[in-house]
Amino acid sequence: MENHAITLIVNGQEEALLVPSNMTLLHALRDGLGLTGTKNGCEAGECGACTVLVDGEPVNSCLVLAVELDGREITTIEGLSSNGKLTPLQQAFADLNAVQCGYCTPGMLMAGTALLRRNPNPTVEDIQKALVGNLCRCTGYQRIIDAIMEASRNGGTR
Amino acid sequence: MTITESGLIGKSVQRTDVMDKVTGCAVFVDDIQFGPKLLHSRLVRSPYPHALIKKIDTSKAEALPGVRAVVTGKDLTARLGLYLIDRPIFAYDRVRVYGEPVAGVVATSEDIAVEAVKLVEVEYEVLPAIYDPVESAQPDAPLIHPDLGSYSVVNFIFPEPGTNISEHFKIRKGDAESAFAECAAVAEGRFRLPPIEHVPIETHTSVALCEKTGQVTLWASSQSPFAMRDMIAQGLDIPHNKLRVIAPLVGGGFGGKAGVTMEACAVVLAQAVEGHPVKLRLTREEEFVGTSTRQSLISDIKVGCDKDGNLQAMELTYYFGGGAYNDYGVNIARAAGYSCTGPYDVPNVKADSLCVYTNTPVGSAMRGFGMPEIHWGLEQIMDHLAEEVGMDPVLFRRINCVRTDDEIVSGMKMTPIDLEACIDKAAKAIQWEKKEEPTGPNKKRGKGIAIMWKAPAMPPNPGSAAVVRFNEDATLQVEVGGQEIGQGAFTVAAQIAADVLGIPYENVTVSTPLDTKYSPYEWQTVASRLTWSMGNAVKAAAEDARCQILETVADAWDEDIEDLTIKDGVVISFKSEREQPLDKMVIYGMPNDDFEGWKGGPVVGRGHFMPTYVTNLDPETGQGTRAVVHYTVGAQAVDLEVDLETGQLEVLNIASVYDVGRAINPDLIMTQIEGGAVHGMSSAYEAMKFNEDGVVINPSFVDYRIATIADIPRKIHGDYVETPIDDGPWGARGVGEHVMVQTAPAIANALYDAVGIRFSDLPLSADKIYMALEEKELTQKD
Repeated sequence: MENHAITLIVNGQEEALLVPSNMTLLHALRDGLGLTGTKNGCEAGECGACTVLVDGEPVNSCLVLAVELDGREITTIEGLSSNGKLTPLQQAFADLNAVQCGYCTPGMLMAGTALLRRNPNPTVEDIQKALVGNLCRCTGYQRIIDAIMEASRNGGTR
Repeated sequence: MTITESGLIGKSVQRTDVMDKVTGCAVFVDDIQFGPKLLHSRLVRSPYPHALIKKIDTSKAEALPGVRAVVTGKDLTARLGLYLIDRPIFAYDRVRVYGEPVAGVVATSEDIAVEAVKLVEVEYEVLPAIYDPVESAQPDAPLIHPDLGSYSVVNFIFPEPGTNISEHFKIRKGDAESAFAECAAVAEGRFRLPPIEHVPIETHTSVALCEKTGQVTLWASSQSPFAMRDMIAQGLDIPHNKLRVIAPLVGGGFGGKAGVTMEACAVVLAQAVEGHPVKLRLTREEEFVGTSTRQSLISDIKVGCDKDGNLQAMELTYYFGGGAYNDYGVNIARAAGYSCTGPYDVPNVKADSLCVYTNTPVGSAMRGFGMPEIHWGLEQIMDHLAEEVGMDPVLFRRINCVRTDDEIVSGMKMTPIDLEACIDKAAKAIQWEKKEEPTGPNKKRGKGIAIMWKAPAMPPNPGSAAVVRFNEDATLQVEVGGQEIGQGAFTVAAQIAADVLGIPYENVTVSTPLDTKYSPYEWQTVASRLTWSMGNAVKAAAEDARCQILETVADAWDEDIEDLTIKDGVVISFKSEREQPLDKMVIYGMPNDDFEGWKGGPVVGRGHFMPTYVTNLDPETGQGTRAVVHYTVGAQAVDLEVDLETGQLEVLNIASVYDVGRAINPDLIMTQIEGGAVHGMSSAYEAMKFNEDGVVINPSFVDYRIATIADIPRKIHGDYVETPIDDGPWGARGVGEHVMVQTAPAIANALYDAVGIRFSDLPLSADKIYMALEEKELTQKD
């Protein structure tokens, strides 16, 4: 299989990668760059555990080929906090115990971050619509809704 | 709620793992980097639910470039099992379920492994398959395990060789037959549940490495690294000290990552390519097809009461569809047997609880361990009987529910609980007495209640061990073998240690990942037993360390230990008002007052806990002094409405109240209650589906729907009461599984209240409800 030289701007850092044609962004991040915060839950675009931002938009990284993203900006869970300072959304997830096993959490945080950037004051229905593709088996989701509302009150994603 | 002197027990401290989890730093098995020597593997799975294996030809697969090994069960006839050793690692003579592993391939990439799987040629002779546990329990049913009589089994499980029955648990208490004759009202029914999946978001993943020295290391997403080590070591004849299981965080367990699923396959594959780590990561489809499920159940229930509604007699037969292997599932049938009545005081009981082999996915532990299955029928039939005697379902439960010191169905004296308080709180929270209008046109609204009990189901003597180890700066490492699967077990361990030692919670770290080479022993992270059992061990370890510290200080100061305590990391004397910070002292000890010599040394506390008081039950009557350590009880009340145009249900409010003994971390209890309510609701709509050839036809998130964020109840009202038990830390007991046990029947009872139709079979799918509404001419059409 042909390999392609591409550049991704991942969490603000330029990363040169050699990727086979069929390599998904999920595998490029996890296996190519060691950014394992992005989780593999189904590789079919059905669970949202692998959600990352591509140019600010939430994307199931298991559904998009890395080679298609040459030059694009990718944000992963590792790129949310900086210098040990959590974003208000991360802080709200921690404060409100919106986390149990933690496997869906990175995807939830990325989808929630994208929502708050698009809509800083979402209603419960807005949150449900935006995160309906992110599955969680532990929390029952209520704390996740509460955390997004709380972050919205505390300055959203900044 | 009460808080202890140091303030940590009863306080909702922050989870120990939450910072890792919100920053992407949390490490799961698939996140561990193994470098260029890593190889990948895939399993060859049976396309038939029951067949003899005539021949396996691996030559074409072996010839594929990049393939390093192909392994079959040909030379590997060992079996695995926790209670009944019935399960081969790779099927070698016959397959008993669709998707059963018959071979595995190791290759340099996952893509090559996928291709190689297609090249393994297996010749089968198809046998008739049997899916229904009642049919399979009949004497003339084709045998799924003809060698059942030769399998090793623990002494409290009773298989019936020559049949498909792997466990038969009996209760014979009082005289049910005569009691029924005296009853004023009797209700009867047959209830069915399909198998359902655990559906963790992290699929089962393991990596195995066999060194040329014989040392084996297994990284696994496991709820029970020690039980896993024990089973695989026995099955593959590896000394325990040569098999090391490392278990990082688990991305959702729910029982599905207890015991052994496919991890032994990974070890066998790694043995074929010494020196290379071999990863075996199940795809989502394999997670649905090739892992254990909650067992199916067909229950026949008959129950009678006198004219005042007092329960008099029950007759029960439970047929658990145990699936192809019952190595774990037999104990579910046993647990369902000794708790067969549900949380009720019934003087006359005849019950038979059977685990039956079927050609369906392996039934095993799932959150609730038999209790969701039996309560589905029990809690509906109680409503039915209450209606027969014209009694309100809440009142009926209040008068009949089990109370502290009652002699329960197994002959044991009930441990301290307050189920009535749970019932009252749940009923009040949904305004039980108030008939409410639907929220829109073409809807009907109803309310229902269901109660539950569950004891930790386990061998009589599962142990927990813990070690606490101080660092130089008086921060503390807590070492445990119980797993963090999302429930907050590490947080509770840290809280307990900090409280006992009088040090700040923030100064405590739980040593991770779990590693059988270093971690103290823990039986398994199952049965909602960690807060209780591991909690006791951590408490004992911390008390041991505390004692060492105070002895040293008392000795150095020539004071009595009784005059000393530790507060905020400082030893203080009530008598002399002297102070000694723990910093440095917990490693270097203390100089004598005259500076001639030293006292003390590095402080390492050790603790363990093992229940020693559980007794055997009579195999013919199921009676004994103490069947289990204790019970946790609770009540759920549901307010819902059904859409008459679509048959869809919407839960408006669910109140969920449990007696937790003592709340160590109240908010973690609430997160269990909330998550469990949604899990329980979701379980009412879930089913694994099979075609007539036994093939799973819904192995994806699209076809097997779990609750999404858009499906949750409008309101979840969580609450708890605290009736302490005598053998838990500060009286605490577990609640992790209980919170979903009776959700489905609570929904069914509310649905009955809304439309007057009883649904005896799960799932409560919208199409099924719609058809039933149509039959009663209740549907509304545009």
